[in-house]
Order: sequence, then structure tokens, then C-alpha cells
Amino acid sequence: MSLLTVRNLWKSYGDQVVLERVRLEIAEHEFCTIVGASGCGKSTFLRILLGAERPSRGEILLEGRPLSPEPDSDRGIVFQRYSVYPHLTVLENVLLGLELAQARWLGRLFGARRHAAIARALEMIEAVGLSDARDKYPAALSGGMQQRLAFAQSLVCKPKILLLDEPFGALDPGIRANMQALALDLWRSQGLTVFLVTHDIPEAFGLGTRLLVFDKSRRDPRAMPEPEAIHSPGTRLLVFDKVRRDPQAPYAYGATITYDIPLKRKDRRAAQGLSVTSP
Amino acid sequence: MKRLINLVPGRGMRWVLTALPFVLIVVVYLTGSQIRLAANPSDKLLPSLAQFAEAVDRLAFKPSGRTGEYELWMDTLASLKRLVLGVGVSALLGLSFGILSGILPYLHAGFSPFITVVSMIPPMAVLPILFIVFGLGETAKVILIVIGIAPFLIRDLESRVLELPAEQIIKAQTLGASTWQLIVRVVLPQVLPRLFGALRLSLGPAWLFLIAAEAIAAEQGLGYRIFLVRRYLAMDVILPYVGWITLLALLMDMGLRRATGAWFPWFGADAQRHST
Repeated sequence: MSLLTVRNLWKSYGDQVVLERVRLEIAEHEFCTIVGASGCGKSTFLRILLGAERPSRGEILLEGRPLSPEPDSDRGIVFQRYSVYPHLTVLENVLLGLELAQARWLGRLFGARRHAAIARALEMIEAVGLSDARDKYPAALSGGMQQRLAFAQSLVCKPKILLLDEPFGALDPGIRANMQALALDLWRSQGLTVFLVTHDIPEAFGLGTRLLVFDKSRRDPRAMPEPEAIHSPGTRLLVFDKVRRDPQAPYAYGATITYDIPLKRKDRRAAQGLSVTSP
Repeated sequence: MKRLINLVPGRGMRWVLTALPFVLIVVVYLTGSQIRLAANPSDKLLPSLAQFAEAVDRLAFKPSGRTGEYELWMDTLASLKRLVLGVGVSALLGLSFGILSGILPYLHAGFSPFITVVSMIPPMAVLPILFIVFGLGETAKVILIVIGIAPFLIRDLESRVLELPAEQIIKAQTLGASTWQLIVRVVLPQVLPRLFGALRLSLGPAWLFLIAAEAIAAEQGLGYRIFLVRRYLAMDVILPYVGWITLLALLMDMGLRRATGAWFPWFGADAQRHST
């Protein structure tokens, strides 16, 4: 059974259709990358998965049950910025999820339970390579380190799906490559199911097991990058695109998944996996 | 020659510049006082240093002939009680309503426009109502301070809560936070240093309302004393009292600033640079 099922999802704001007829099955442990131009609806799709927005039509099932209509601990999130708490140290930031789960009223743990939670938090901090910074406040960390912290903070709660909203968009290229490696490493070692939204196409092919492309402005296969150079460790790439266009009413139709590209093996050319799944 | 905007005073020069206006004002005062007293030794408008010392000694260190109390300390105690109570109640109101109105859309919809209107009421205009309703005792004075500064605190803290990035609020929910947990672990700790900043700004108005209330109806208090001795043109009492009030307000301001730095070490370096 698939972990996540999206059934005929539509999202519109008034007359403006943003997403239409999105259908998707995601198996456990997939690393699914979504690409598309700015404003094509890929972030809206992620926000719907997150529970921060409601679909206009259609439904999303997580493990066969309808997704909770508000964000909860089933779904972890790392945003591009502002995902860590400036008033908490690195350790306290990671500890927060564990404390919230176990201390209903104070949101703080004491004594033996606190020690156990600290041990778990420290493991997670170690896994993202922040052990030397455990007592620092986020303001003292670089952008890349803050994103490492955001990963640790989400992962310590063991979410069923990890949603990543352009998590490396604000980072320098060198650090970005570093962080992409970390994301893949965590995906493997923690057994995660990951949704990554990006507008960076090389990143989309480089990361993930499956790529979804949302694209509003063009439906042109030649706009896809040259596949020769792509070595993908991931499994799936989804492309979002508008398949119907009406020049008189540019907002009448929304974007949907136009390419669903499994990225099975490193050495296989991504182009061989190209398949158009939508009409 | 560098541009003026790039000329930065050194440490010593900074001290000199800080002291300069104070020294100037003392020199100007003493000169004026000397000239007037030379012309008329019983002049009351600009008393000499000796006259100040005598008045302070009488008010602070000798029991009053009429009541047997040390007037300066009794006045200070009475005023500080009212001020601390008024500011404390306002801080609690500001914190609780500000946070709740900032985080709960339903409360925000019902409460925020109301408090905006309330904050437009000139507090001094309702002082007679307070005296009528609560009598001339302590309650009316404390409530005047609360009416004067609580709406500002509520609105300021509410907007601070609304300024928190939406990402933080969503992230907390994905970490499993309930509304209550979100408030105590994410919102409250981040808003507390903002409360301290807002309190520093509202200390001035708080003193204003306190002294106004004391001037109108009181039997003790710094404002009461100033307005009492005004009848006798007792500048030798008024000026030390004004100086003493200024010193108290300054110490409170410094205390709040120090506390912000000590209790909220994470509170941004840039935010503190602007709040000195």
C-alpha cells in the first residue's frame, strides 16, 4: 500500500485555478522531488500536504486515512528560512519536539526523562554534524548550520513524511551541495519519505527518487535539462505544468503533474525514465 | 579630511561629550542663581546649592514637625507603590491579551478593533470618572496608570506576536505543539524581551499619569508634594523632587535594559543596538 495517496486534487482561489487533477501515489521511503517555475503551484501543493491550506476538491490519504486538516507531527517541515527558534540553543531547539510530546502542560521535561530526551537530541545533533555548536543560539550559526539544525529539529520527532520547501534556496552553492549530500544521507540512514520542492532543476535531478514538475508558463519538453550530465541517487522526479491554456483567461486552468520520472539508478539516463502521466 | 559622518569619537571623548550638557546646565543655573541672589537675598526662584542642601536635609533626614515622618521617603514609597502596581498590572494585561489576541484569530477579530478604540481615549479625560467611581484612594490612581499604558502595551505586544514568522508557528505544530504549548514555549519567551522594551517606553507616560493623579487628589506622594509646595514658590523643594523623580525613572529604565540583556542573551545584537 502506498504511504500517501493524492486523489484528483484541485486548488483554486476564486476564479484562479492553481492546481488541477493532481493524482499521485507515493510509496514509503521515496525521495520525491517537485520542480516547476515560480508561481506554478508547487509550493501550494506542499502547503496542502502540510495542512497549512485546504484543497478545493479532492482528497489526500496518509496510510489510508484522510490527512489532518492542520499541521501535525505526522509531517515534518524544513522551510527556506525561519524554521528554528532564535530563543533556544541548538540543543533546546532539537529537544523541543521531544518535550512537547511528553510534557503536555509545561512543555518542558525534568530529571530522568529530560536526560533521556537530551541523549536522543544529541544523537540527532551528531547526525547533522552540529555537535560542536550544541549550546549556541541560532543567531551565532551560519545559514547552512541553521538548516542543519532545522533538519535535526524535525527529524527527532520521526515524521512519516518530511516536507522540504526550497530548504537550500538561500545557501551559497558550495554549502548547498554539502546540504544536498546531508539530505540524501539522512534520507537513507533515517528511513525517511521525503518531498522536496525546488526550482533548481539540477538539484531536482541530483536529489530524490522521483521528480514532479509543476510548470505554469511552458509545456515544452525541450525546456527540460540535458539528461546526459545527470547522475541521480534518488528515485522520483515530478514535473508540474499547465497542460491547458486559454490566452483569453490565463487563470482558468491550473497546473498538474506533467512528468513523473522515476530515477532508479545512478548510471541510467534520466531521459529514459521520462513518461507523461497526465493527459 | 574625512566626512563628518565618518568621524567617530573615542572613549574618552565620548565621556566628555556625555558630561558636557549636564555641566553646561549646572553652570548656567548657578550663574543665574548667583546673580539673582546678589540682587535680592530672599529671592525664591533660583535657590543656591546651600538652600537645596538645607531643603533636602529637612525633607529626607529630619522627621516632619507636623507628622513625625521623613517626608521624602514617605512620598517616594507612596508613589513607587502606585507606579509599580499600575505598571505591573499593565504588563500582565499587555502580555496576556497581547499574546492571545495575536495568536487566536477569533479573539483578534473581536478584541483588536475594540482595544484600538480604547487606546484613543485620552486617559486624563476619564480621570474625573475614576475619582467618582473609585473614590479618591489608591485604586483610582493605579487604574489611571493602567488605562494610560495598558492599551499601548497590548497593541505593541499583539503586533510583536503577529510579526513572528508564520514558519515558526507552523513548525511548532509539526513538532506536535498544542495551542497552549505553542504559547508557553514559542510565543511567550520571544515576546518577553519585547515587553521589557515596551515597558521602558511606557515608563514616561506612567510617571506622567501618576503625578497628574497625585496632583489632583492625594495625601502623600512625589507629585502631591510638588504641587503642595508650589503655593509657597518653594523651588528649593520642587527642583530636588524633580531631580529625584528623574533619577528614579532613569534607574528603572537602566534596570529594565540590563535585565533584558541578562535574561534574554539570545535577543538579537542588532535589536539591542537600537534600544540603548
